[in-house]
Amino acid sequence: MKYVIAIIQPDRLDDVLTRLTKNEIHLVTVSNVIGRGRQKGIAEVYRSHKEAGSLLRKVKLEIAVNDAYVQPTIEAITAGARTGQIGDGKIFILDLKECIRLRTGETDGVAIG
Amino acid sequence: MKALRIAFAVLAVLFLTAAATRAQDSSVPPAAPKIDSGDTAWVLVSAGLVMFMTPGLAFFYGGLVRRKNVLSILMQCVIILCIISLQWVLFGYSLAFGPDIGGLIGSLKWAGLSGVGAAPNPDYAPTIPHSAFMIFQAMFAVITPALILGAFAERMRFGAFCLFSLLWATLIYDPVCHWVWGNGGFLKTMGVLDFAGGSVVHINAGLSALAAALFLGKRQGYPHSISPPHNLPFAVLGAGMLWFGWFGFNAGSALGANGIAAGAFVATNTAGAAAGLAWALLDWRYNGKPTLFGTITGAVAGLAAVTPAAGYISVVPAIAIGVAASVFCFLGATIIKTKLGYDDSLDAFGVHGIGGIVGTMAVGVFASKAINAAGNDGLLYGNPGLVLTQLAAVGATMLFAFFGTLFLMVIVNAVTRLRVGEHEERIGLDLTQHREAGYTLVD
Repeated sequence: MKYVIAIIQPDRLDDVLTRLTKNEIHLVTVSNVIGRGRQKGIAEVYRSHKEAGSLLRKVKLEIAVNDAYVQPTIEAITAGARTGQIGDGKIFILDLKECIRLRTGETDGVAIG
Repeated sequence: MKALRIAFAVLAVLFLTAAATRAQDSSVPPAAPKIDSGDTAWVLVSAGLVMFMTPGLAFFYGGLVRRKNVLSILMQCVIILCIISLQWVLFGYSLAFGPDIGGLIGSLKWAGLSGVGAAPNPDYAPTIPHSAFMIFQAMFAVITPALILGAFAERMRFGAFCLFSLLWATLIYDPVCHWVWGNGGFLKTMGVLDFAGGSVVHINAGLSALAAALFLGKRQGYPHSISPPHNLPFAVLGAGMLWFGWFGFNAGSALGANGIAAGAFVATNTAGAAAGLAWALLDWRYNGKPTLFGTITGAVAGLAAVTPAAGYISVVPAIAIGVAASVFCFLGATIIKTKLGYDDSLDAFGVHGIGGIVGTMAVGVFASKAINAAGNDGLLYGNPGLVLTQLAAVGATMLFAFFGTLFLMVIVNAVTRLRVGEHEERIGLDLTQHREAGYTLVD
């Protein structure tokens, strides 16, 4: 089992979700995040007070998948999120030790769905 | 025939005096021939408009602080509305507008609104019920201490704040109000012109704010780690409410539904508009882009600056005042504050203090008897003396507000600590002072 974390541009979310569904990956957690990579942000100004660091809005997706689905997931995210410009984001893949479905108590690969 | 007319006039005066000095009694008929329903309606509506400015200020300031402190700002404004509304009718109004003692303060003769009823007070507002004048003034007394809290936002303990505000209203606001607007007040006697509160409200609150900011010290992490406004849309909503209410603040101060009120209304809107545009342009030139925060700040500065002048000037001076307010407040809130390093969190001094000074001095330049015969002519109309008179008001108010507030802070701090602890400041005032959270992250 793998845990896929993807940081993408907020406006690419709808496209990515559509492609994930097409590849039969339905379970996902989405959150608003701010962060930076090598992309510099826009320095904000409030009553002439200039903000020090600048972080940018991104969207984070977290998906738990069985090994067979890792490649389709990566393909779906990449196809939906890539624009070719700086700031497209990243995908991280972690090993997932355990997964439990709360409703039924199922574990392991079955629980991932 | 002439004797009959004189006799009738004397009788009318006697009747009015008797009616005005009777204790609050609803069975006393108002002096019917004197009360003007248009004037009364306008003043009562204006009282409502000025009251609306306190929640407006609450959202203006509230949107500018961090999420974790938003409720503390709103609470401070709401509680002031409660406390000062009561203080005013119990003794504040009497101290501010009551029978004069030495040119410095009113007596307590009108405590509990004794003698303040439906009959007009011919000295203050001969065509409206005295209580209408009183309740209109009440809203000024409420919002002025609320302006100060911008200086010590995010770091004052609530109980100490309440005590300080009550003392400030009684010992600083009521006296200054008496000096400028009270019958027999020494600045009024000198001929100071303050139409709606440039000195009484803005300089008073602004310099008190500066004293408070200096006494309390900077917020942790100031200036580099201070968060930006957490909800600028709230701040804009608040600024809109302030602009709207300001029509009551300034035009209502004509105490009548007449040409002076209309002129004040025009001057108010024009100054606010000119100032808002001016700050946007200053931002564009010096900060790269016109900012919303800057534009609404400019508008408020312009509205504050035109406050003492609104009923004495024509429309072109209103534009000049608006632009001047933005220029000086832009300098004050950005360059001067940064250079001197004090933490006037929401620029209460930078906007209201400086704006009030600009406006009160501008009266000395632009006032015209042609606009308001009850006023005076200023420098541009051949009377440079008015500039000096206005300077006296500016000086007296600045000194009294600044040192008076410092003194009060020392006293209150000795009774109950003013500043929150380091840990409390980090967690935020909403949770530590009120055990409430402004927004739920997880329902």
